[in-house]
Amino acid sequence: MELDSLYQQVILDHYKNPQHKKLVNEYSAQVHHVNPSCGDEITLNLKLVGEKVESISWDGVGCSISQASTSIMTELVLGKDIKSAFAILAEFTELMQSKGLKSGDEDLLEDAVALAGVSKFPARIKCALLGWMAFKDAVLQSQDKLGE
Amino acid sequence: MSSKFTPAQIRNDFPIFAKVMRGNSRLTYLDSGATSQKPRQVLDAERNFYENHNAAVHRGAHLLAEEASEAYEGARQKVAQFIGADVDEVIFTKSATESLNAIAYSLGNSDPKSKYALKPGDRIVVSEMEHHANLIPWQQLAKRTGAELVWFEVDADGRLDLSSAADLINVRTKIVALTHQSNVLGTINPIADLAEMAHKVGALFVLDACQSVPHFPVNVSQLGVDFLAFSGHKAIGPTGIGVLWGKSEHLEAMEPFLFGGSMIETVTMTQATWAPAPRKFEAGVPNMAQAVGLGAAIDYLQNIGMDSIANHDSELTGYALEKFSRLSGVTVIGPKDNKDRGAVISFTIDGIHPHDVGQVLDQYGIAVRTGHHCAWPLMRKFGIAGTTRASFYLYNDFADVDGLIASIEDTKKYFKV
Repeated sequence: MELDSLYQQVILDHYKNPQHKKLVNEYSAQVHHVNPSCGDEITLNLKLVGEKVESISWDGVGCSISQASTSIMTELVLGKDIKSAFAILAEFTELMQSKGLKSGDEDLLEDAVALAGVSKFPARIKCALLGWMAFKDAVLQSQDKLGE
Repeated sequence: MSSKFTPAQIRNDFPIFAKVMRGNSRLTYLDSGATSQKPRQVLDAERNFYENHNAAVHRGAHLLAEEASEAYEGARQKVAQFIGADVDEVIFTKSATESLNAIAYSLGNSDPKSKYALKPGDRIVVSEMEHHANLIPWQQLAKRTGAELVWFEVDADGRLDLSSAADLINVRTKIVALTHQSNVLGTINPIADLAEMAHKVGALFVLDACQSVPHFPVNVSQLGVDFLAFSGHKAIGPTGIGVLWGKSEHLEAMEPFLFGGSMIETVTMTQATWAPAPRKFEAGVPNMAQAVGLGAAIDYLQNIGMDSIANHDSELTGYALEKFSRLSGVTVIGPKDNKDRGAVISFTIDGIHPHDVGQVLDQYGIAVRTGHHCAWPLMRKFGIAGTTRASFYLYNDFADVDGLIASIEDTKKYFKV
């Protein structure tokens, strides 16, 4: 079924058992993002130490795609430096915009390649990107603060 | 008088039902609450206007201008007759959203000495079940004028809590703006009673009739409201055409909201005076083909009969509510009984987000709406992020409901809840 290309087992697993979904109170930036078209919301706490993602945690409501994607993202960027994390973010964004034509670099994206099928469902791309955009925003806000 | 009609035959008039959907399925369209599908008769009317009569209405001395004006004004006549109004009280807009904004802006532009002007201390009454289009214009008007925005709460069953009516609608109240039928809950509100309460304290009553006019007989004088808004596209008509109806005494006294061509009586370099309503409120070349299309839509609906459509909606809703009551882990958000209730069923499934429900249903060719339905405050009230909404219309039948119910069961299996 076409649906199985969207809902890979990895996604359903992350949905049922999301990682880092409990806000850690120590952070360098806290962001709140919403998807106005469906009402999904996410709060994300990020702690940067130097260039490194020291801690990342989140809470929110959303569909399986947004929840799984955020969960996978947190696992991918935790402990990485900003440059590597942003390289993953860029690869993932490109994958989402590929209209089903790309499968994604598995070395870079790991579990996130399971979300490749989302790119064939335009209405769901925003769901998949919700957590990633929150992460990007949190990094920029942390850097702004640390730069002050 | 009402007679039965056959949805399968109706569907033959709607070309879109020939489309093959995801999963190689036929289209089960359960999203008429967002927009309805269009019959060939409406599409033909629009095409015919462009092919044979197209010209700017109310301008030009040529044959086409005459024919275009006649077609456009003919559509106005049809709308007026459809809702029991005088023809000069019917204003064409681009959407119901524009209609509601036009009332809010126009009232906001009133001379401070006029009885229509709002000032600090005045009240505007809305409800928690309003669509954003009948909430935000009033929020903004309240902000601009210093008036206070107050609202009816919604009870657990999805009905207006009328116990606060006498508190809300008091001598300070200037405007009561309510929906006829909730686009989320399906609740039909007791408009005639509330309009009477509003009038007793000298307030205006504005009715959002987007979900009612397409589905059951609506008569403005029977309801006793002052303004009414609906859109063409939810009533098997084209997009880009909405209706604003207002009592002539108000339209006469009110300031226009959009200025420009067509809406004037005289113009100098420094001044202008206004044409009488409805022209006063129709600046610019209007959406003519769309108005004509709406006229054709009304013909189509009246040919079937609004009573028949209302009965059909009610039968489907009663049938669906009964089926929903037997589903485990599925909660209907809105009245569970089929009294004073329209053909809209919002529901949640334990453990599955509405977006995911909608995605699985899509695989069976079932088109539903998911999310907050432009009624975010109502979602907060019920403590949910969103719902899945199935809305029925004249082309739906019992088999569509059966398909929906079966697919909900499949959705639960797919997500193992």
